[in-house]
Amino acid sequence: MSHMPAILPLGTEGYLVRFADQLDDVANRAVLRFATEVEADEIAGVLEVSTALASVFVRFDRGVAARKDIVNSLQALLNSRDWFADTKIQPARLWRVPALYGGDAGPQLREAAELAGVSQEAAVRELSQSRVRVLALGFAPGQPYLGMLPEHWNIGRQAELTPSVPAGALVIAVRQLVLFANPSPTGWRQIALTKLPLFDVNAEHPFALTAGDELVFEAVSEHDFALLETENMGGAKLEEAAT
Amino acid sequence: MSVVSLLKAGPNTTLQDLGREGFLKYGLSRGGAMDRHALLEASALLGGDMSIAAIETPTGLQATVSAPQRVALTGAPMKADIDGRALRWNASHILMPDEVLTLRPSGRGVYGYVAFGGGFDERKQLGSVATHLGARLGKGLQGGDQLKLGQDNNLAAPPLAVPIADRFSGGRLRFVTGPQTEHYSVDVFERFVATRFRKSGQANRQAAKLEHAGAGFNATDQLGVVSDVIVPGDIQMTGAGEPYVLMAECQTIGGYPRIGAVLEEDMPVVAQAAPDSELWFEVISLEEADRLFTPERDVLRRFRDISEPVIRSPHDIANLLSYQLISGAVAGDEE
Repeated sequence: MSHMPAILPLGTEGYLVRFADQLDDVANRAVLRFATEVEADEIAGVLEVSTALASVFVRFDRGVAARKDIVNSLQALLNSRDWFADTKIQPARLWRVPALYGGDAGPQLREAAELAGVSQEAAVRELSQSRVRVLALGFAPGQPYLGMLPEHWNIGRQAELTPSVPAGALVIAVRQLVLFANPSPTGWRQIALTKLPLFDVNAEHPFALTAGDELVFEAVSEHDFALLETENMGGAKLEEAAT
Repeated sequence: MSVVSLLKAGPNTTLQDLGREGFLKYGLSRGGAMDRHALLEASALLGGDMSIAAIETPTGLQATVSAPQRVALTGAPMKADIDGRALRWNASHILMPDEVLTLRPSGRGVYGYVAFGGGFDERKQLGSVATHLGARLGKGLQGGDQLKLGQDNNLAAPPLAVPIADRFSGGRLRFVTGPQTEHYSVDVFERFVATRFRKSGQANRQAAKLEHAGAGFNATDQLGVVSDVIVPGDIQMTGAGEPYVLMAECQTIGGYPRIGAVLEEDMPVVAQAAPDSELWFEVISLEEADRLFTPERDVLRRFRDISEPVIRSPHDIANLLSYQLISGAVAGDEE
């Protein structure tokens, strides 16, 4: 495997800066920091910067910047520090998202908890207190991949797809959570429901989340969950995390 | 205000422009016209710029306008007529109120485009009027739908035509290797570039499936690829090793391995290849790709340069004479 981080051409108008071949927490933090710095550097010709779980994508305008200048700028930034050593990201935003666990809202909570070797009650208690980070947004606009959960949540996907989970479904597998933006089939297990709108083109901020945000899915009762219908952002509260 | 009313619209008829950029980090791909060159041709025919928008249809439509408009017809050559009078393709024409414009697929190519001289006056979402079906922005157009148009202030401009660049029956697709090409053995890679593919009927605004006889093109470690950034043009292999070329509305990250990415210059060929058209791949270097690169503004300029006036049909002249072109569109038959 190539040396990491590696600068690799992707398509004809972009470079991928890859920090790991597998998802890991340190690499993802490096990805988020590096992406922030590339944006802040305002390199001539760079059109946009996006991130995946373990890599940063930098798209540039070949009519404005020479390919080698983009590579040199990215290499210089990579060389400027040890991106793996410095794991602090700031300032992260923290979202407190009310979630209804189990029952019809989380039909596979029991199964997921069993695979993780904990009781349903312990699973809800643990997940309600776990801060997870937006590792990446994708597959649908505004849809987050969240992690990393403790090792006992390294549970596999189901053998069969669930034909459709609703928008707002919180699903779990491989130490990650995904919050679905739209009704979707999935191989992950649905443990809860939320009402946080992830993509609303008419909202002041059409995309609620940004990669690097942290979320905690706090358990609420069925009664309180029903009342969230009328609340702004499905009752989710945004706090700027202490820096 | 002027409107275009769709009397009929086949499935997957949508309003498109050149899409929206800058939202990859939120998981929203650019989208926009499947055949971007067709949009630029339409812009050249109407004296427009990069903000050009058009109705994109793979299945045909019937439309009327509430006030006179120049219309440009580009993309897959369709059977086009106004009230039964056959129209030249890749050309602009005058469409008068109460006349009916009809487009029917001809079997050549896939996506036809209709743009109007007054331009669309629809609300922009995230800077664009383009429907993005995958992101649930806008929706497919149907019979009965109306779209707002601006007034066409250049009805007297001579009708223009642009030579049709044939990209409608498949052909060679140039591609560059990418970050995951190393997941393919040399043998598999060489077999890939030697294979003649056929465009599958399974093709939409998100991806186009390619079919071939023989074994799949499997990566050496197909299941070990961490979800990574994907771009339009990427040649993605499913678990069975079947290639899909990712199109305008592709997702922004994905977990399937990709053997390379088709040049943007050749994407209209992928989009417009009719089902069963033959397609094959030729690998080129990034340096070569950069030499071939033409910014879209320059493509538009080239289409303007090669567009030429066509003799106005007596029908158009007769109709136009009944309008006061200087003081705005006022029908001569008004009381």
